Amino acid sequence: MPQTLEPLLRDHKFFAGLDPDYLSLLVGCAANEVFPADAFLFREGEPAQTFYLIREGKVALEIAAPGRGVLVVQTLGEGDVAGFSWLIAPHRWEFDGRAVEPVRAVRMDGMCLRAKFDDDPRLGYELMRRFARLTVNRLQATRLQLLDVYGRAHGN
Amino acid sequence: MRTVTDSAGSNQPGPTARPRGDTSPWIDSEPWEVVGIRHDSPDVVTLDLAPPGPFEFLPGQFNMLYQPGIGEVPISISGDPADHRHVLHTIRDVGPVTSALCALRPGDQVGVRGPYGTSWPVAAAEGGDLVIVAGGIGLPPLRPALYQALSRRDHYGRVVLLYGARTPGDLLFTDELGAWRARFDMHVSVTVDAADPDWRGNVGVVPDLLRRAPFDPGATSAFVVGPEIMIRFTVRALVEAGVTDDRIYLSLERNMQCAVGMCGHCQLGPYLVCRDGPVFSHQKVARWLGIREA
Repeated sequence: MPQTLEPLLRDHKFFAGLDPDYLSLLVGCAANEVFPADAFLFREGEPAQTFYLIREGKVALEIAAPGRGVLVVQTLGEGDVAGFSWLIAPHRWEFDGRAVEPVRAVRMDGMCLRAKFDDDPRLGYELMRRFARLTVNRLQATRLQLLDVYGRAHGN
Repeated sequence: MRTVTDSAGSNQPGPTARPRGDTSPWIDSEPWEVVGIRHDSPDVVTLDLAPPGPFEFLPGQFNMLYQPGIGEVPISISGDPADHRHVLHTIRDVGPVTSALCALRPGDQVGVRGPYGTSWPVAAAEGGDLVIVAGGIGLPPLRPALYQALSRRDHYGRVVLLYGARTPGDLLFTDELGAWRARFDMHVSVTVDAADPDWRGNVGVVPDLLRRAPFDPGATSAFVVGPEIMIRFTVRALVEAGVTDDRIYLSLERNMQCAVGMCGHCQLGPYLVCRDGPVFSHQKVARWLGIREA
């Protein structure tokens, strides 16, 4: 009997508590992927049609800056989701996503998902809520990084 | 010999939370000798000080270190509470006094009074998971608690250390971090705010590490030290994960000058941080943390 990816989706934090019927529906949009260290999951500027549920390993979100080399913006790990750009037009990756170490992930097909959201707005709403939560967490983390809280303080 | 107990969890500081010289809080002991120096990062130095006699402290307590003609500063004790002869203080060079302390050499002398302040409730945390969250120069005041917990490792569930710094070059105690990470009975996760692609570790903030860390929120005590903004974000992530407010402990650093509750410079609401802290339960001080300073 062929194994499905449903258990992987169910066990990932992003889908925790999702109605099993919806999981069965979403599994048709999922595929398993493995990336060796230093492989790119996605590249800045390219069309963004997927996102990744990271099961194992680390993914660095990077951007190349002239004169400054490559800057790492954030590192994602097990249990994280990589990729929002598939959700919002113009559907292009804003950063490079590079495997810092070997990465196991479930690739979710964004076009397939968007079609399912259009067919079932309740599913779309549920997933949008989850992505909104993730987006807020990332925004807060970015603000905290920008505050440079460990910067040199003045004191005694 | 004094009784040594945790003191942060109680309403009144425990016996060791009182200054040693209640009658005269000022220098009434011989100077301590610098017997070792370690440069932990470009602006952080750990002084190994030999006390003139037996010295005991509790994890989380601090000493006032004095340099004649320059001034005095509160510095957390960063070494092992079981080592009574080598008392470590990890100091960041941020001003005239700390700069003078960071420039000391073996054989130099330092004025010391202490220990002062409340301590981490390390013993009270036994039986559950222990999550230690440090940011920047916040790791040194937590290291004694970690030493004490690891000395009784089988009394705890999971022991988790989450540590954030500005860049990889600012990380402290890197040798020990490696040794702790190599242990099978401890989860260590480190992150930095900024790094180049050669850095193989995490880039991001401490609350993100919390979301990935393995611990049982219903049976966890959390000790948090760092810049206050980082503390506030971390506490929110802990509460969101399900850790109750009364099991989250913080060490605060306000403008401590006398260390004995006399000058009032370190007032936080109804508390004086030097006397009633620096270790507080979050439940106790939550309402005072976000207030803007006058």
